[in-house]
Amino acid sequence: MTTLDHPVPRPDTAGPPEGGGRRRARKAKRGRRDKALFWFALPGTVVVLLFHYVPLLGNVIAFQDYQPFVGIMHSRWSGFDNFRILFDGDPAFLHALVNTLELTLIQVVFVFPAPILLALALNSLVSERIKRSIQNILYLPHFLSWVVVVAVFQQMLGNGGLLNVFLQAHQLGEWSIIGNPDLFKQVLTSQVIWKDTGWGTILFLAALSRVDTDLYEAAAVDGASRLRQTWHVTLPALRGLVVLLLILRLGDALSVGFEQIVLQQTGLDKSTTEVLDTYVYNNGLVAGQWGVSAAVGLVKGLVGVALVLGANKVAHLFGEEGVYRA
Amino acid sequence: MTTLSPAHPVRRKPRRAYSSIPGETPGSAPWRALKSLILLACVLLVAIPFLAVLATSLAGAAQINETGGYVLWPDHPTFEAYRAILGGGLVSRAMLVSVGITVVGTALSLAASISLAYGLSRPGSWGHRPVLLLLVLSLLFVPGVIPSYLLVKELGLIDSYWSLILPTMINAFNVIVLRSFFTSLPAELIDAARIDGAGEWRILTRVVLPLSKASVAVIGLFYAVSYWNAFFNAMVYINDSAKWPMQLVLRTYVVNNAAISQGQTADPGAVLPPTVSLQAAILVLSILPIVVIYPFLQRHMGKGVMIGAVKG
Repeated sequence: MTTLDHPVPRPDTAGPPEGGGRRRARKAKRGRRDKALFWFALPGTVVVLLFHYVPLLGNVIAFQDYQPFVGIMHSRWSGFDNFRILFDGDPAFLHALVNTLELTLIQVVFVFPAPILLALALNSLVSERIKRSIQNILYLPHFLSWVVVVAVFQQMLGNGGLLNVFLQAHQLGEWSIIGNPDLFKQVLTSQVIWKDTGWGTILFLAALSRVDTDLYEAAAVDGASRLRQTWHVTLPALRGLVVLLLILRLGDALSVGFEQIVLQQTGLDKSTTEVLDTYVYNNGLVAGQWGVSAAVGLVKGLVGVALVLGANKVAHLFGEEGVYRA
Repeated sequence: MTTLSPAHPVRRKPRRAYSSIPGETPGSAPWRALKSLILLACVLLVAIPFLAVLATSLAGAAQINETGGYVLWPDHPTFEAYRAILGGGLVSRAMLVSVGITVVGTALSLAASISLAYGLSRPGSWGHRPVLLLLVLSLLFVPGVIPSYLLVKELGLIDSYWSLILPTMINAFNVIVLRSFFTSLPAELIDAARIDGAGEWRILTRVVLPLSKASVAVIGLFYAVSYWNAFFNAMVYINDSAKWPMQLVLRTYVVNNAAISQGQTADPGAVLPPTVSLQAAILVLSILPIVVIYPFLQRHMGKGVMIGAVKG
């Protein structure tokens, strides 16, 4: 049995540790034995390094007066000039910032609770078959691209769309929804709700299915009404998950509906439709303000990381698990 | 009632048999009616747009002219719109491009992700710790749009189909899900294979993969959906309209409402069906693959998402 590298019993299951040295030696031996695995990991690692970490380094152009024809190597260093333009109150940037924060707030208030409410309604259905069918229909929009979702909304609510065809057929006049700057944020919000509320219920339903049914019986026996059962049994069961998802959401707080907005911005006033992501795209890739846009992107990324780390800390202070423990 | 501890004696017998209900005890009749109404409304809100788009793509010119736009039910179904856009020209080409990118991309993504996940799946193996950290941190630190674009440009991938595959080839989250599935397989299986003289390649292909079919299928479908749906990268990296994938065609001719002219369809001389039904047909074609793979997706969906995600 020379091929058997570790003797039975295996080190990690062996009784009390007999001196750290021997255990470490065994572990090192095992590590060397599994060296072949490194070659399996290599191609994927190279892809991650090249397309994820190399661009991170590319952020140096935020500190440069970047000229595409000169390249990163030979562009002039400009220190914090690019950042100064932003914090001196460029109105276009301020509009983007305000719109982003506004949309984030709207999404936390209206979009975030939607799957929870839907999951509660679905969870209380008695028939497993009806529940499955409803879920299967409501999950579908999640798998469509933003282009499809935006197109579908236009075809349904736009001027020649189903709603207006119906209104005109019944002499009810017209209702301009799509392309109306006053309703832009409402349209964005309803698109997000339409696309992802069904899918968002998955995690909540999974958490709900783990609630001990005895708790409901016990609560009912104690005379708890249905509403009180929801309040005292169901919602506490969801608390950890809600906190976790809120923290994760916070990391994306400054990224609101990039593709969705880029698709619908054409012809609308930038001061109402621009968000940070579209500002970076329009100002950088389209208008050629590379350095300034990279600076905005960099600040946005750093704020996102800080928000996640900070929120995780706060969650720990409140005794929740959070995303990770460190 | 084995659940009641003796410290809490039964004060009142429950009137209804609750045992058949999975969640809370049933509410009163108005509550239940309200709930059913809300759920029905949700289902209709999702279903009606699909039906209307499909109906309009099949409706004849006469009906469309009569209503002035979208219809909910085609009186005389016809495939005119599909014939016009699929007989060659822009949309047909875009379909081919999208299918090609989805197939090639999914194959490459799966190969690289399985290999990476397997390489990281054995605790204690040489070098797995820093690589795993690299992978996890890539979820936290997202490179901006501008540096990513500059990289793709430096690599000379602008207007190349590789620009739609390589940057999104590895999805760290998918790899972590796969890895946690591989790690959860019993170590004894791998030990047994090794005693029989199997190398890592053989262990992966003969032991680990056959046991992970479901997870691999889910991850593969997720990759396929993301390749099919990719819009932003195509918009930024593909300038040549002859190389456009479906999502760009959809944006240009449906979202931005650009005129679909004779030259983009098969038969330059023919009278085109009404624009709305052409647009609806393009929309149906760009949803079709998703709807086709959806039944396979949903069978494994819950499982695939839950592994490694939240163990609430």
